[in-house]
Amino acid sequence: MSAKPEHSPDHDCRQVLSELNDYVDGELSAELCVELEAHLDQCENCQIVLDTLHKTVYLVQHLDDTPQKLPGDVEYRLFAALDLEAFLPEQPGDGKG
Amino acid sequence: MTGLQIDLNIYPDEAALVQALQNGEHDACACMLKQFAPRVYAVAMRMMGDPDEAEEVLQETFISACKNIHRFEGRSALNTWLHRIATNAALMRLRKRKNKEVSLDNPIESLDGDDIPRQIEDWDYYPADLALNSETRDVLEQAIATLPDTLRSVFVLREIEGYSTAEVAEMLDISVSAAKVRLHRARLRLRELLTPYFTEPTAPGEMP
Repeated sequence: MSAKPEHSPDHDCRQVLSELNDYVDGELSAELCVELEAHLDQCENCQIVLDTLHKTVYLVQHLDDTPQKLPGDVEYRLFAALDLEAFLPEQPGDGKG
Repeated sequence: MTGLQIDLNIYPDEAALVQALQNGEHDACACMLKQFAPRVYAVAMRMMGDPDEAEEVLQETFISACKNIHRFEGRSALNTWLHRIATNAALMRLRKRKNKEVSLDNPIESLDGDDIPRQIEDWDYYPADLALNSETRDVLEQAIATLPDTLRSVFVLREIEGYSTAEVAEMLDISVSAAKVRLHRARLRLRELLTPYFTEPTAPGEMP
């Protein structure tokens, strides 16, 4: 899609922006939710911000779903710090620093 | 000495591993490192935003864990206990960091002009199956690393480590409202940083 012009939020958009976090976390009061959703119904920009904010939160909260990998040299120095380097099959040529 | 093997299956469950650790068995210590160090390092990297300091936190965490394993009573998972040690070590370092522009304890209590969304585009290249591939994860980790300490610490503790807002506020000695605002600012900044990645066709995600 083509880029939209830079967002110039009006007063309502700024109000919505300040409440968006509580809304995403389900912590916004019912009354404010109604107001916020009424604004979202007629403001495409705020809809996009909300949608992409939701996606941001989702991605971050699933960051640890995939296995992490420890760089080999970091692993070696960790094992060495605990005198356990003999457990590693291969030792990198250079130490830290 | 060389050639020792790490057999991750030698201990049938965590209780057996902890028992062996408390008995001072080197095999158990090597197993613990192999099993838990990658995630501890990830936590340290996110908290510190710097590989050298993250490595120091990693080493401090496991040295401390080995030294204090007799105090571990199994009321939480070993992983949780290690994360707590790592988090505390990282927080101590963050407090000591010199040449900071803003103190960790300096309250940021409202959104400012920098937080206004500038990029208003749908994420057309957001992965349809919502799975994180390694490239997407790298982009996310890099984006998190660019956040200032004040925002990143709240963000990582709350969003990734899963502490409540009240717990985060207590850990950082800030008010709950300040913690909430910092979380909000961090999320908005990340959204801004990630938008180019998910709106450009070079992104690896599949078309929805």
